[in-house]
Amino acid sequence: MSYPMIDKVTRCTFPRAWLLSGVLMPLANTVQAGDWLDLQHQGPISAREDQLLMLTLGLMLIVVVPVLAMTFGFAWRYRANNPRATYEPEWNSNRVDLLVWAVPSLIVALLAVLTWTYTHRLNPYSPIESPLKPLKVQVVALDWKWLFIYPELGIASVNELALPTHRPIRFDLTSDTVMNSFFIPQLGGQIYAMAGMRTELHLIADKPGTYFGENTQYSGRGFPFQHFRVEALPEQSFDTWVEKVKQHGAELNWTAYQRLHKPSVRVPPSFYTLAESALFKRILSQYTAMHPAPGSTPRSHPDVR
Amino acid sequence: MFGKLSLQAIPYNNPIVMGAVALMVICALTIFWIITRQHKWGYLWRHWLTSVDHKKIGIMYIILALVMLLRGFSDAIMMRIQQAMAVGADPGYLPPDHFDQIFSAHGTIMIFFMAMPFLTGLINIVVPLQIGTRDVAFPFLNSVSLWLTASGAMLVMLSLAIGQFSTAGWTAYPPYAELSYNPSVGVDYWIWAVQISGIGSTLTGINFLVTIIKNRAPGMTLMRMPLFTWTALCVSILMILAFPGLTVASGLLALDRYLDMHFFTNGEGGNMMNYANLFWIWGHPEVYILILPAFGIFSEVVATFSSKRLFGYHSLVWATMAIALLSFTVWLHHFFTMGAGANVNAAFGIATMLIAIPTGVKLFDWLLTLFRGRIRFTTPMLFTLGFIPSFAIGGAAGVLLAVPPVDFMMHNSEFLVAHFHNMLIPGALFGFLAGYMYWFPKTFGFRLDERWGRRAFWSWLIGFQLAFLPLYALGLMGMPRRMEHYGNPDWQPWLIVAAIGAAVILFGIVCLIVQLIVSIRRREALADTSGDPWDGRTLEWATRSPPAAYNFAVIPEVTSIDAFWAMKREGHTMPPEPVHYSDIWMPKNTGAGFYLGGLSFILGFALIWHIFWMAALALLGMIGIVIARSFDDDTEYKIPAAEVARIERRRLSPQSPGTRPLANDSTQPATEV
Repeated sequence: MSYPMIDKVTRCTFPRAWLLSGVLMPLANTVQAGDWLDLQHQGPISAREDQLLMLTLGLMLIVVVPVLAMTFGFAWRYRANNPRATYEPEWNSNRVDLLVWAVPSLIVALLAVLTWTYTHRLNPYSPIESPLKPLKVQVVALDWKWLFIYPELGIASVNELALPTHRPIRFDLTSDTVMNSFFIPQLGGQIYAMAGMRTELHLIADKPGTYFGENTQYSGRGFPFQHFRVEALPEQSFDTWVEKVKQHGAELNWTAYQRLHKPSVRVPPSFYTLAESALFKRILSQYTAMHPAPGSTPRSHPDVR
Repeated sequence: MFGKLSLQAIPYNNPIVMGAVALMVICALTIFWIITRQHKWGYLWRHWLTSVDHKKIGIMYIILALVMLLRGFSDAIMMRIQQAMAVGADPGYLPPDHFDQIFSAHGTIMIFFMAMPFLTGLINIVVPLQIGTRDVAFPFLNSVSLWLTASGAMLVMLSLAIGQFSTAGWTAYPPYAELSYNPSVGVDYWIWAVQISGIGSTLTGINFLVTIIKNRAPGMTLMRMPLFTWTALCVSILMILAFPGLTVASGLLALDRYLDMHFFTNGEGGNMMNYANLFWIWGHPEVYILILPAFGIFSEVVATFSSKRLFGYHSLVWATMAIALLSFTVWLHHFFTMGAGANVNAAFGIATMLIAIPTGVKLFDWLLTLFRGRIRFTTPMLFTLGFIPSFAIGGAAGVLLAVPPVDFMMHNSEFLVAHFHNMLIPGALFGFLAGYMYWFPKTFGFRLDERWGRRAFWSWLIGFQLAFLPLYALGLMGMPRRMEHYGNPDWQPWLIVAAIGAAVILFGIVCLIVQLIVSIRRREALADTSGDPWDGRTLEWATRSPPAAYNFAVIPEVTSIDAFWAMKREGHTMPPEPVHYSDIWMPKNTGAGFYLGGLSFILGFALIWHIFWMAALALLGMIGIVIARSFDDDTEYKIPAAEVARIERRRLSPQSPGTRPLANDSTQPATEV
């Protein structure tokens, strides 16, 4: 994978630019071998997150490698039965002590710059710069499946998320059950979905393909089976997919949603036309008013096997 | 009459659980039978269960920790086997609900009932000796803490046989842990076990803070305290400040579950994010509560076995304090993915990295202590040397997780599981095991067998790497934690390696048990008659092994750090001769702590099963005992000067160590409330 390592260096002011380009970039390039783990990122967000990982790892090796070397080196050299080793039972040195504080402090200072910069740059709430208008997808975590609503297209799907490539996606997420965490490892980082609250995530897919999506927050018996298929499709194929759903999808209104809301596992992908346009808002508002919430009735536990 | 409790609560239909219960019952009956056969019930009651001697309380804490280590490890190896099997069409051998209880129990047990008692036990045994005092500031409170902790542990054990344990993980995140999603008693077992033992820990913190501040030997200024005492001091402060967070979080959760309140529910004004904040305001300092005492132990061990003063003592002290302070500023990094803004996430990420500075300083200071030392590779030293590189790797992984965008990829994954085990096994447990082997001769008067110790060390070290390094890779491959089953066959080879690692650790545990048995049988050959088997540096080695009930016949005067090292170099003896002994007053044993613990167990059990009359009775009983105890003015007994002289003469001309009791209690009369 070769994404431009730090794509906005030119916009940084001195000395940050100096830090990033002069010190960190060569370092990061030497640890690009991180591809050995076959992370297979398929979008710029995940690619940058992975590069940041390798960069941080590289900086940490400045500490870890000497620690490993000193442990084995000193332990061997100063073993009690080595007559040639110096023995100074009172040895201490303020100068060395200063160095001991200085080196980790410097590395952490570098890391702090890096962290501040990249946390802002890769903020999941920041829209992705692109000439194309982002596609809105509303995500609802259910027991134990995922509902995807495309409000602009008037369709919805369960456990299959189709996305057009090269177009930024704006996800709005909530949960109509316990806390869940929405994660498509090949496209980018995760974010929680919580009842009565809306979180946001911006992702983009570079290449067509089928990816794996999952919940990472333990949510009960059906948790291990709560994953979904992500189909990243070229523009035209995506339009075809939308048309197909519009023609063959079942109607999703509040009653149908209530049926869908019941706990179930291993739900095969299913497709809907949206009969209630403000469905996402209605799901959210169940929990915001001071009336009894649907979550207060015990949920049943079907056999997940 | 019996609330939710009925015979259906016993899981007859789960053969694995019933097997474990049967094993537990058989073990308990065997122990009862042996004690009865040997007519030891009276001895046990008078000299142990009612004891307020910090050394005996410490030993009982560590026994509890080792027993719970076996239970927690059984859970671990069951999970490893399940995950090595359960891919694709193979459902594995554990029913899903059982797996979920196991990962919840494993975390709860290892944190609250293995690591906490282990470090509290070591602090109990060592700190009063290191600061040259005769007992802790509040000996009775110490006994109460012990029995509250034991009572919490027993509740978790009981959940195996009656009802079920929580499936909500050791963190019990709502809304999953709320009544609407989790109506069974499992979460209630978790809540009351944690509440009861948490109060025990808070009391321990108060006790040791006051002990260290008030009871130091003359001349021992703060900056002359041994590093282990320093870490104990910081840990006590952390316990006092952090544990109320847990008590409040789990208390509010209990209100939600028992009184239909809505602190953390989905609707009606509840907010589960508040729980995450409260829980981790305790939870992050808690990991430093676990790890700082181990840092203290490594500091003692590395100086002793390098026969050299600690490099950068002042740095190490300041680093310890910095870690303690910073530990309260990083809790949000446990939920970067909850949707906080970039400023908030970045600030907490950087705060987290700041902790890497004092931690890095510590690593280098230990390494520089080796430099120009004269290193003896005893088992405690091996654990220390194994810890340093392993911990550096785990720490690097921790810094990765502290970068919010990287955390977005790793959160809730096996990478995280690998990271915190990497901190807590080499970081905390290796330290506790080093401490156990280092101070064992001080506590019991004989050393532990080195050969089996080395075998245990290598099994633990290799087993740990095999069991947890693959999890880093799995996390990078996107595997979430807590998977009872998975569909991706690429993950399986790594999980099989991890299971093999767990088997190697099992061998390490067997080695520890064999080591203990072999050492008890060879105790005459391994006897420590000098009181200073390692050529130690600090005051605990200045008294005999095991110490008399009063620790020091004459309270030592301290003139520098490494007080005993200085005494030895100047040719002083402990106690200085000729000596004039005086009467010593020591706290009397009392059964009140044990009764309080027992009643708290009944209180917890009654609350879990909604048997409210029983809960009320137990609570009244506890209040009654506390009141009765507060009217008891006769809580001390005198050891006359002549008796002290007799005991000390025996120390100077030691009798055959084999005939000596495991811990000295010849002077201890028993009293009950």
